[in-house]
This record gives sequence, structure tokens and C-alpha cells, in this order.
Amino acid sequence: MYDKERYLITSDTSLLVEFGNEISTKINSKIRAFELLLESSPIEGITETVPTYRSVLIHYMPEVIGYDELVKRLKSLMENMKDMEIPKGELIEVPVVYGGIYGPDLEFVAKSHGLTPDEVIKRHTAPEYLIYMLGFTPGFCYMGGMDETIATPRLKTPRVSIPAGSVGIAGSQTGIYPIASPGGWQLIGRTPLVLYDHRREKPVFFEAGQRVKFVSITEDEFRSISEGTEGVK
Amino acid sequence: MIEFKTGGLLTTVQDKGRAGHQRYGVAMAGAMDCFAHSLSNVIVGNDPDEASLEVTALGPTIMFKTANIFAITGAKFPAKLNGIPIENKRAYLAAAGSILEMGTAELGMRAYIAFAGGIEADEIMGSKSTFMKGGIGGIDGRNAKAGDTLRFPAPRTDLPNFRFRQVKEEDFGINYSEHPTLRVLLGPQDDHFSEKGLNTLFSAEYTVTKENDRMGYRLEGPEIEFKEGYSANIISDGIARGAIQVPNGKPIIMMSDRQTTGGYAKIGSVINADLALIAQLKQGDTVRFRPVDIHEAQRLYVERKRMFAELTRHFNEDTIIKKTLSRVNLNGRSFTLTVEEYV
Repeated sequence: MYDKERYLITSDTSLLVEFGNEISTKINSKIRAFELLLESSPIEGITETVPTYRSVLIHYMPEVIGYDELVKRLKSLMENMKDMEIPKGELIEVPVVYGGIYGPDLEFVAKSHGLTPDEVIKRHTAPEYLIYMLGFTPGFCYMGGMDETIATPRLKTPRVSIPAGSVGIAGSQTGIYPIASPGGWQLIGRTPLVLYDHRREKPVFFEAGQRVKFVSITEDEFRSISEGTEGVK
Repeated sequence: MIEFKTGGLLTTVQDKGRAGHQRYGVAMAGAMDCFAHSLSNVIVGNDPDEASLEVTALGPTIMFKTANIFAITGAKFPAKLNGIPIENKRAYLAAAGSILEMGTAELGMRAYIAFAGGIEADEIMGSKSTFMKGGIGGIDGRNAKAGDTLRFPAPRTDLPNFRFRQVKEEDFGINYSEHPTLRVLLGPQDDHFSEKGLNTLFSAEYTVTKENDRMGYRLEGPEIEFKEGYSANIISDGIARGAIQVPNGKPIIMMSDRQTTGGYAKIGSVINADLALIAQLKQGDTVRFRPVDIHEAQRLYVERKRMFAELTRHFNEDTIIKKTLSRVNLNGRSFTLTVEEYV
């Protein structure tokens, strides 16, 4: 983490506030604190912010506030950050049915580490994962905190189509496919939660800064939750 | 209402884009040539950010089921209304049953058709912009096909100063070219590149490759050198419109349908005032880059906003007076007569 945040020009209508150059929970709390501050004392002219691993991209309207003035305002806002208490991100339980047709690569992941499928499930459901950022595709979460002992390389040949809700492993990352798409992740399970639906009032389920805990469920439970979420669409 | 007789190569509904949801990974989309998009709207009396049709290279043929006023801007197409050639940047009234044939672009890539009162289309997360990769906005999240219809929420058969709703200057507000010089702000990762690399960016000529679309323009040309110990890879951060990514030493300019975040170093960004120029480029066209500072870039940005506001005021409020001067001789004396025609 930098001693002092950096202000970088990204375009004539956006700038970057960069807190460090690594992926760390410390930087993430700083980003969350900064976003909370911006929320409680909004600066006129800012249209949206995009938090990522190590920075926040701020989009703004130069006709309302110019670059120099915005940086000045952000710096003075940053002064208030020192003695701020940052609440822990909300913990969200994500039900997952592991293995079988829902997680066709669970056996492979287990075998490649000399583990049983149950042991992989145990290690995957144990940690609290942190959502660092969303990107790549609507609702896709970049999560950190996976047990390195179940890290598995991507498939050599990506699948043409992966169902929405699939939970996978790629290297030391784990993630959930929000929409059906092609991809090369090792699929170990599937959640019945609908992570993205543009027709909903809140189209995307997760927020950066939230924490995730996977909970193993049965196929029957999967079906009954799926039926429950059908109506929400 | 309009009905598409043919959809053209890639005709989509676009507005200024889907702002406010990039933090969730939702791409902005929006008009590629924002200047032409706004201008078409202003000519027909709309808010500059109203939805219009973005027409690409090979235009559609459209039938007006309801009468309405429309205007075409941007790339030069041989557009015809009921078989009669019509001008760019001018308001026309199409009677019910009229046929608008766009034809094939003669200069540039993208034209915009704005209709008075705008168009009804799928509005998702506060925007009608079509994002085809995500299948949202516009016409079911896709490009127009024969048989598609779009309704007019508030069509007009007249507007204040209707006959004078035209921009005559060829180069009004923008100088389209197949070889433009694009103004660039350095950052956020310009410190990943060597001095030689920066010099290359600002001295070399780059050619538009066939990989150019609404997501971005991949360019071919001399390799931009990284600083020792640095590479194209960074820890992912947010991507602005116009950002110049350099994944393998060659620049890609990120456009409307770009992903929200990415892991490639960005040497700089093309300023908003010049992004419209890129939207009109096709394979084989060339660009050069020139550095500009943030104050100059923002001055240009604000100036353009003001220009659209001024043009709107001019079209809507001024009573445009046509002055005719003539000289007459009367009783050995010469008089100048002024005829004022109020519209």
C-alpha cells in the first residue's frame, strides 16, 4: 500500500485514485472507506465510481467540476479517512450444489490434489471470501481468499457454454458465472441464486466489499431455491 | 412508428450510454460518434442525449408508418427520401408512408438518424443504448432486422424555424478525416513506458486494422517500448472511454462497448472531443497522436457542451430572419432596401 494515495489522469472525464499496487485486504478496506466517505459527503459532478483491486476510477463532468478542483476536494475528503471506522462488509451465504452434473470437474479437482470430493467441498466452503471488485461481464465477482491447496489450472480447452450460476476454480481464484457463457474454469458446483438479471430493479446481486461464504446444499434444495427465484425474475 | 424494410449491416439504438453501473461490470455502450449523435438530436429539437439510430457502413431502408421530422448526421451516406437525395445535418419531414434509404457510406463509417421526440426502445438501467454482447437495450439487445418496428413517443410535423434547421458548414464543430491527429492525455500507466516508447507514440503513424468495432480500435504500427522491468500486465483497474491500452506494444483505443475493467497498461487516453473522429475510421485509415494537457482537454469538452446548448437555443428560440438587400435608384438618389422575412 502506498503511504499516500496517487491521483492519476485516465481521461478528460475521469481520474483514478490509486491506493497501492498489490491485491490486499488492507487496500480493499481503504477503498471501502473512501467509497463510504464519498457516499456520505458527495461531490457534485461525480457521475459514478468503479472500485477495483487497488484503486477507484471516478467518472465526472468537467462542465461541473474541473480536474484541479476535484483532486483538491478528494484530498481534503481523504483527510477524514484516518480516524474512520470501517464496518466489515456484509456476509452473504451462497448455496451451492457440488459435483454431479452441477460440478462436472469436482472429481478432477479432487484427484489432481489427492483429495476426496468431500474434502474439496470442505475446503471450498471453509473460508470467507472477499469480493474485491466486479468486472469482465455484468455481475462477475473477483473474489479472494481461496485455500491454495485446491488451486487448479484452467481447462486446456474451454467449454463452449457454461450454465449461469456455475461455481469454478481457475488457478488460485474461485468465481461464479453470472450468465451462461463460454469459459475454461474447472466447474465444481452451481448456485441457484440468480446473480444477474437486467429486468430486476437491482440487476446485479453482489457488491464489491461484501464477503461470501459458500454453503453446500442438496439437489432437492437446489431445485426448491431455483423455483423460488423464478418468480423474482 | 418506423418499420425496417432492411436492417443494414449494424443498425442499433444508442444514446449517451448506460452510466452508473460500471461498478457492477455493466459496460456503458452508447453512441460511438457522440458529436454526430448529439448534433442529430439538436437539429430535430431533442435533448442532445436522446436515443438515435446508429447506422454502420451499410445503411438500412426505413418506412415511416407515422409522419415525423428527422435528421441524419455523421458519416456521408447517399441517403434518399422517397427517391430524392437529401442532405446531411438538415431536418426533413417524412410523411406517413415515406421511404428513407440510407445506402452505403461514401465517407466515414457511422451515421446517426434522430427523430423528433425520440424513439421508444427497451430502456435498461436508465439507458436505451444497445449492448449486443450483453443482449440488452434498444431492440431486444440486438441490431435492427427487416420487419422490426420502433414507435415514436412524441412525433412532430412542425418545429420552430423548421426550414432553417440545418447546419451548412461542412466542418461544423469537427473535421472528419481518414487521417486524423488525435489528442492524447498521458496516464494512468504512462510510467510503464520508456521515453523512447512515448516518443514512438507521438511520432509514428498507426493504421486501423480489421479488428475495429464498437468495443475498440486495434492499431498497427511501430511497437511502443516498455520501461525496463515493466510489462503490459497490471493489476486490473477501471477503463475509461478513449483509453489507449497497449497489450503487446501495439495500441488499442477502447470505445463504447469496452469492458469496465482490465489488466493491460494504459499509456493514455484520446480526449472526448476527438473520439468522434475514431468512430468514423475504417480498416486502412491512419492516425497520429499528439499530447495535450488536462486543462486544454477539459476546456474543449466544456466548449463543445456550450456549443450544443447555444445551437439548441438558436434553433428553438431565435426567430431566424432572412435578410435580402437590394439597391434601387429613385429621383437620382440611391437607396438600399432591406426586406425582412419573419418565419
